[in-house]
Amino acid sequence: MMSDLTKLKISEARDALRKGDVTSVELTEACLDAIAGAKALNAFVHDTPEIAREMAKAADARIKAGDAPSLCGIPLGIKDLFCTKGVASQAASNILGGFKPEYESTVTTQMFNDGAVMLGKLNMDEFAMGSSNETSAYGNAVNPWRRGNDDAALTPGGSSGGSAAAVAADLCLGATGTDTGGSIRQPAAFTGITGIKPTYGRCSRWGIIAFASSLDQAGPMTKDVRDAAIMLQSMCGHDPKDSTSADLVVPDFEAMLTGDIRGKTIGIPKEYHMDGMPEEIEALWAEGRKMLQDAGAKIVDISLPHTKYALPAYYVIAPAEASSNLARYDGVRYGHRAKLGQGDGITEMYEKTRAEGFGPEVQRRIMIGTYVLSAGFYDAYYNRARKVRTLIKKDFEDVFAAGVDAILTPATPSAAFGLGEMKDADPVKMYLNDVFTVTVNLAGLPGIAIPTGLDKQGLPLGLQLIGRPWEEGDLLNTAYALEQSAGFVSKPAKWW
Amino acid sequence: MSIDKETAAKVAKLARIKVEDDALPALAQEFNDILGFIEQLNEVDVDGVEPMVSVTPMRLKRRTDGVTDGNMQDKVLKNAPDAREGFFAVPKVVE
Repeated sequence: MMSDLTKLKISEARDALRKGDVTSVELTEACLDAIAGAKALNAFVHDTPEIAREMAKAADARIKAGDAPSLCGIPLGIKDLFCTKGVASQAASNILGGFKPEYESTVTTQMFNDGAVMLGKLNMDEFAMGSSNETSAYGNAVNPWRRGNDDAALTPGGSSGGSAAAVAADLCLGATGTDTGGSIRQPAAFTGITGIKPTYGRCSRWGIIAFASSLDQAGPMTKDVRDAAIMLQSMCGHDPKDSTSADLVVPDFEAMLTGDIRGKTIGIPKEYHMDGMPEEIEALWAEGRKMLQDAGAKIVDISLPHTKYALPAYYVIAPAEASSNLARYDGVRYGHRAKLGQGDGITEMYEKTRAEGFGPEVQRRIMIGTYVLSAGFYDAYYNRARKVRTLIKKDFEDVFAAGVDAILTPATPSAAFGLGEMKDADPVKMYLNDVFTVTVNLAGLPGIAIPTGLDKQGLPLGLQLIGRPWEEGDLLNTAYALEQSAGFVSKPAKWW
Repeated sequence: MSIDKETAAKVAKLARIKVEDDALPALAQEFNDILGFIEQLNEVDVDGVEPMVSVTPMRLKRRTDGVTDGNMQDKVLKNAPDAREGFFAVPKVVE
């Protein structure tokens, strides 16, 4: 009975809490038990049971007093990229080993002010750089889904791999993620859950360890679209501490979930038909198109001509920004400092600290970023990539101006792959995971991944909907209609 | 554009990441793979296109130029690998 509590959706738990059918303490204990029994998934990497119990008690008191927000008493997991006061926050990197922030990120502050309960910190790719959670200093997070009876361990995707695994395995009711090139949507698709990246500027980036500041956005990873609406509501809003945070009213997202999409125009971009894409994904996409059409939407074929150049532009812009953001990890103010030899000066301290503290993928991206920003190459690479980014954004602006309300695409070019399977591939191969999601970050748009089917090996597959800027409410409603038509209810069989 | 061992060493130096000599050829090869992928951008006609500065055009907020926070030296130094007498400590910089 107690273990079933962790299977609740946020909306169901909220209603049960308000009715007095369950307490936050009971919900929280059930999640803590589930986490303790799921070490094989390596999803939670810093458990905070004492904090969770205290927050749950406080939430119960608040619910009893009436007038508690939707997230009050809901146990959540927090991606390790969010700074949480007094709790290890190390972006899954050894260079932040031992770092315990003296402050709380704006997004977690807002959720905790609404009464959310923190269960612990979640695994991820180091500094959110990766698509399989294999670059983590904590080791791989493992997907709760398996290929039929094959016990090969699969990736939960990345970078928010721990968040995805934890939600899919019912270790928590929802989790925070962050998305720079697809890091919420790709893992959501790989684990059969829902994940939304809001418009750039919707969520404050303050207190979220920076990767590529012009692309990074936080968002929720949840069991369904309604839960995404509830959680996103709490995460969004203007923050004077982030100069790129938008001073716009946040609408009531949940109230916008009517499921009525009659008269909406949905675009299907021809450039997202990729060579070598599995037939199952083409079929899934075609089914999604039909579902939206049957729900009363008008479907139009569209063109986003610069799609092909999104990934190469991303792999200039994101490393360039990362090389600058990660310059702060120098062994002086926080985290790891290398042991120095006789006669080592400050330059050796920087070089040894950074060589020891950063993993290979992070080092690679810092150095690529350094190269594309260096004298003589800045125009050829960085400025050219920023011009291409302008064109990619214009592609979207043109179709929105032509009356398209949302765009339907596959979320990923494949189902979850095996951990270690890409070990010998060159880095570019791994980057292709983000081919359908990265355009959305470059254009600053909201995008949501929702599960709509299983492949023949029994693994979940997802579709992505891309919305107009600031229209997350409308986007969530379209996703809600698709979710209702798809009726995806599969769960991974428990083996852990 | 092909990156050789020397260029790889120079980039590592600029990035302040120590790379051992025997690791440089493999690193140079990885750079070449990634830059080869990036070269596709040269196919795009970008004449007259403005490089993107801000993805969601907005006027940055202004505030009064005043002190809003402070007096937390202990918190600032709390996570330092080496803090002494109220300062961050580093190896000697000036002889």
